[in-house]
Amino acid sequence: MATIQSSAALEATPPQNALRRFQLGMKGTRLILHVITTFLLALGAVVLMIPLLYMISMAFKSPAQIRTDPLNLIPMSALTVQIDGRSAPMHRVKLDGVERELALVRRAPGGNAQFVDPANPEEVLLLPLADAEPIRYFDPRLTNFQEAFTTVPFDRYLINTLIVTFGGMTGMLISCTLVAYGFSRFRAPWLNVLFLVLLSTIMLPRQVTIIPTYLLYNALGWVDTLLPLIVPAFFANAYDVFLLRQFFMRIPLDLDDAAKIDGANSFQTLLYVILPQARPALISVAIFHFLYAWNDFYEPMIFLHTPQNWTMAIGLQSFNALYSTNTHLVMAASVVMIIPPILLFFFAQRFFMQGIVITGVKG
Amino acid sequence: MSQASNTPPKRSLLRFMDGWSLQKREAAAAYVYIAPWIVGFLIFTLGPMVVSLGLSFTDYRTIAGRAPNFVGLDNYLRMFNSPDFWQSLRVTVTFAAMALPSGLVLSFVIAILLNQKIPFVNVWRTIYFLPSVLAGVAVTLLWILIFNPQIGALNQFLALFGIRGPGWLTDPNYALLSLTIMSLWGIGGGMIIYLAGLQGIPTDLYDAAKVDGANVVQRFFNVTLPMMTPVLFYNLVLGLIGTFSYFTNAFLVGGADGAPLKSTLFYNLNLYRTAFRFFEMGDASALAWIMFVIILVLTLLIFRSSEIWVFYEGELRGKK
Repeated sequence: MATIQSSAALEATPPQNALRRFQLGMKGTRLILHVITTFLLALGAVVLMIPLLYMISMAFKSPAQIRTDPLNLIPMSALTVQIDGRSAPMHRVKLDGVERELALVRRAPGGNAQFVDPANPEEVLLLPLADAEPIRYFDPRLTNFQEAFTTVPFDRYLINTLIVTFGGMTGMLISCTLVAYGFSRFRAPWLNVLFLVLLSTIMLPRQVTIIPTYLLYNALGWVDTLLPLIVPAFFANAYDVFLLRQFFMRIPLDLDDAAKIDGANSFQTLLYVILPQARPALISVAIFHFLYAWNDFYEPMIFLHTPQNWTMAIGLQSFNALYSTNTHLVMAASVVMIIPPILLFFFAQRFFMQGIVITGVKG
Repeated sequence: MSQASNTPPKRSLLRFMDGWSLQKREAAAAYVYIAPWIVGFLIFTLGPMVVSLGLSFTDYRTIAGRAPNFVGLDNYLRMFNSPDFWQSLRVTVTFAAMALPSGLVLSFVIAILLNQKIPFVNVWRTIYFLPSVLAGVAVTLLWILIFNPQIGALNQFLALFGIRGPGWLTDPNYALLSLTIMSLWGIGGGMIIYLAGLQGIPTDLYDAAKVDGANVVQRFFNVTLPMMTPVLFYNLVLGLIGTFSYFTNAFLVGGADGAPLKSTLFYNLNLYRTAFRFFEMGDASALAWIMFVIILVLTLLIFRSSEIWVFYEGELRGKK
């Protein structure tokens, strides 16, 4: 391209032009790379989203739609009319260049079928079936949700889940803030060692301690109550303390000193200096806790026995065990269960990223 | 009068600290603030670990209604002779060998792609991240449906091409592969950590490499990869621990016995059913302790090897 353009210029400043052509070439390969990257990412994104769309689509389908039309993501039904007291599916037929909507009343041999116009059922037309296209319309089944939620007391499970989630969140926020403050703003012997001990508990799966903790709750009479799922949150956890501490460390010490000069004690400094600055980190840990508590299955499975104490996760699991053939109802209940995380994700994406940047990278 | 104003009633509680030095007061304050964690650590971590070590040497059963008897190493011996124990280890290690490397590589590659200046990059990031937020029973049930051999979407999709799909979750040869595919759906969690890591690499490192004439591939292997090893390391350790505590998906797919044919009997599932189905708290405590030892050894191994392959920026500064 450049050679055709102007050979005079090429002779005048050959090195510059060569460089230019080289850069253009680089730009070209980079453009191709970007197109390929975007294409691959788009393809992957479609693959990732299909299960989710499939789930939503199943939640809006009737059992018949699932049976006859399983791969269609949009719930459709055949349009039917009553002819002589029998329901007949409507078809779109091209007849002498005019498109007409006719009802199929009886199949005939030779790939033909008898059609009638619903407006004039006396006149029967014998037409090839291949020319007729069934008329279908968008037919979501909204009663799935209602049915799922009246079959089992999901409202009870929802209340329990909310108690566990927000009760635990309150405890976690209070305790982790205090502990992170203690680990970030004070000097004391053994504090660093204790912090390492705290960090090492991230590596400790809860299964290692579950049996004695279960026996403890059993002795306290807490098994089959929501308490085992809430109370431990009031004693801080390593991950959230770590995240908050990393954030507190970034808040300039000058602010603490200024507060101290103004006569604030350490608790007032935490309340009026640190906490207002740390709002993004507090929101991050609150979101992480919400997702954890909302989705947790293991501990509710172990500690909750009677159905009226179940959380959504357990309720959904047992609903599936009882009504696994009612795929549409199971999926309707599942969709409802993922709505809060999805909403949270879209409205608070910024805080997710922030929380991950604070812990993940510096870890 | 003056005495009263010097000691407001609020401070009288803390009067015992009056003679203390500033350092001592600061230390006391620190311990007061971290007290919730110390108490929690003693009640919910250290205490239970000691108790479970003790229980692992007894025949304690919760439904037997009698005090635990000391039985020495019986539980451990029975465990090492139990086919279920070895099967659960085999299942866990096989799954880790399938899911961890594939997830690690895939999420790293996607993070690199999402770190380019491409159109709609925020939309792509959101889509890739979203599934990882939706873990839990609802998503597992969705996948169980997708993998259903008769009515599931996967086999019906394959049927369009004339392929007869296997019984994904009902065939012992395919169950772990299916669980791996399930876990790959959630790679967005790892991806976002890598993305944050990639964005934390200082651009002057790339500029310096460019000045030295390094091409894209060389820049990747000499700048990106070394700078990312700490994050890779972090994800590897947590991933390994995650496999040993893998529960929800396995339980929903195969029940407490790891159907089909114990092909999904994960370590944690075996622990769960020993404790809460068979009520053998002594055996279960032994399983829990062996789990702890395995994780400890693996983590130490990775830490040891990390000296060879994990690069920390601070090291270079230290050497100077």
